[in-house]
Amino acid sequence: MYVAVKGGEAAIDAAHDWLAEERRGPTDIAELTLGQIKGQMSLAIARVMAEGSLYDPDLAALAIKQARGDLIEAIFLIRAYRTTLPRFGASHPVETGDMACDRRISATFKDLPGGQVLGPTFDYTHRLLDFKLAADGALAARDVAEDVAEAAPDTAPEPMPRVTEFLNAEGLIEPEVDPGEAPGDLTRAPLELPASRALRLQSLTRADEGFLLGMAYSTQRGYARNHAFVGELRIGTVPVEMDIPELGFAIEIGEITLTECETVNQFRGSETAPPQFTRGYGLVFGQTERKAISMALVDRALRWKELDEDDLGAPAQDEEFVLYHADNIQATGFLEHIKLPHYVDFQSETELLRRLRQAFAAAPIQAEAAE
Amino acid sequence: MTEYNFAYLDEDTKRMIRRAILKGLAIPGYQVPFASREMPMPYGWGTGGVQVTASILTPMDRLKVIDQGADDTTNAVSIRRFFQRTADVATTEHTAEASVIQTRHRIPEERLGAGQVLVYQVPIPEPLRFLEPSEVETRRMHALEDYGLMHVKLYEDIAQHGQIATAYAYPVKVSGRYVMDPSPIPKFDNPKLKMGAIQLFGAGREQRIYALPPFTQVVSLDFEDHPFDPSKADHPCALCGAEDSYLDEIITDDRGGRMFVCSDTDYCTTRREGDTA
Repeated sequence: MYVAVKGGEAAIDAAHDWLAEERRGPTDIAELTLGQIKGQMSLAIARVMAEGSLYDPDLAALAIKQARGDLIEAIFLIRAYRTTLPRFGASHPVETGDMACDRRISATFKDLPGGQVLGPTFDYTHRLLDFKLAADGALAARDVAEDVAEAAPDTAPEPMPRVTEFLNAEGLIEPEVDPGEAPGDLTRAPLELPASRALRLQSLTRADEGFLLGMAYSTQRGYARNHAFVGELRIGTVPVEMDIPELGFAIEIGEITLTECETVNQFRGSETAPPQFTRGYGLVFGQTERKAISMALVDRALRWKELDEDDLGAPAQDEEFVLYHADNIQATGFLEHIKLPHYVDFQSETELLRRLRQAFAAAPIQAEAAE
Repeated sequence: MTEYNFAYLDEDTKRMIRRAILKGLAIPGYQVPFASREMPMPYGWGTGGVQVTASILTPMDRLKVIDQGADDTTNAVSIRRFFQRTADVATTEHTAEASVIQTRHRIPEERLGAGQVLVYQVPIPEPLRFLEPSEVETRRMHALEDYGLMHVKLYEDIAQHGQIATAYAYPVKVSGRYVMDPSPIPKFDNPKLKMGAIQLFGAGREQRIYALPPFTQVVSLDFEDHPFDPSKADHPCALCGAEDSYLDEIITDDRGGRMFVCSDTDYCTTRREGDTA
């Protein structure tokens, strides 16, 4: 006698216990602390904060630990937490021109006010496994603190004006105009199309890094090519200010690390506009260089309509395609849900297929005769 | 962070969702955009249904959750537990006792009536999506009641297969106006869509809610010479003998052995208990 499968509840509990054990790993090895994750996996923290849309390195560290290092799972934990938080208001726009930069490079000018600052970059490392790290984590012979002291002897940091401002002064690049309207909030109102550029950028900055990278790469390979120069890439901290109604003025409530990328792109000009460089813009939480550059390229590709360019039918130009598929929490959820039970739909498909095959077997000649 | 609001969502969010539900009830079959929230379960696991249920639950409600017709499938268990934990509501496996039933892929066999709400989890709310991938375009088609593409698709099915080759998520027309996706229920369930209970459809990832007020006219799309056929496996249930219920096929061995049993576990169990009593 067949007995229907029961025991979902017991199975779920057992699975959760096992998961907790796997997360902890071998108990003869010390457990990871949140401080270690935050301090030593800082780029993972940056990604989780950026795509989780929540600037909180401690919570990001907790999420990474709980997710066993699966960053998309960690992002999901952060999003699910974030959505329960009340929204008190909005800060003043941050002024990235005044950023305290750890890194600031331009690919368009050899030297510029404020200078080129490499900062902590992988760019010119040789990707050779450093077996010394496997032995012990001690820093190499050079002392970073000394380096920094040498490079910047007690002088106030030189201001670093934006590269696009130089081009702007000459009229060589399109001016960035303030549309004058408060941007919508993607997390509080359903995305409806066509979306404003502000909303598009909001969506891109929390988009999956891999998806955005692929999209941006496709534009470089000819799918809506718009040849981007990295006018400027800067990484550093900016203060966040907010109006406090009880006080009647704005106060600084904290500092966040941001990565900003401004690209300078080609533009032939149109009947109404003289030839001018155009812009793509990327701004992402944390040190997230690859993502910020990708974002700028995709932003530029999505602007084809307002710049009166041709629709080349490229994926990166298709607002609906990009915005509806960029969110990894939506994507991974829908993708993975196909492992949930689908007995009922599958059964109905099976019945239909059996019936179609019966009909086919009964009258195979008919189809030929009809031709 | 241990304390959550009743049924998890904050009251402002619930109000926003209730407004979408009311709009949906006022325009049966119309997909109302709503600001779907990230839920603590993944998109695809029923976040739309969960948000709708969370918004309508009251402490007096009695909740039933089914997946594939069964109360004991893992995701049904998980969602039921979620509401037990966050809303502390009474739960039941008996269709007749439930005031709110959240379902995935089935309509219970037992007739639903006044005082009951059936909440569907919807993966893709747009019935035209696989004919036209663009949302901008499909919204325009609904606005203009431009459903020619759907009829052509059904016609092509008949030309190619001799019948309409859609077995689940079979499209319906609501109150003679909107073409609607009834969610991936088997077409066997379509005739039950006209019922005494309120039906609410929630699609979380796609940010849409739609609704059917009680006894709304719901017509499965067909042609005069190829009328709609709500078919199912041609067997009685091997456990309770029911001939009127939708059946799951169970593989019993590796030599082709199989049996057919009710997918609605409460219906099957109640019938069997009735036999022994």
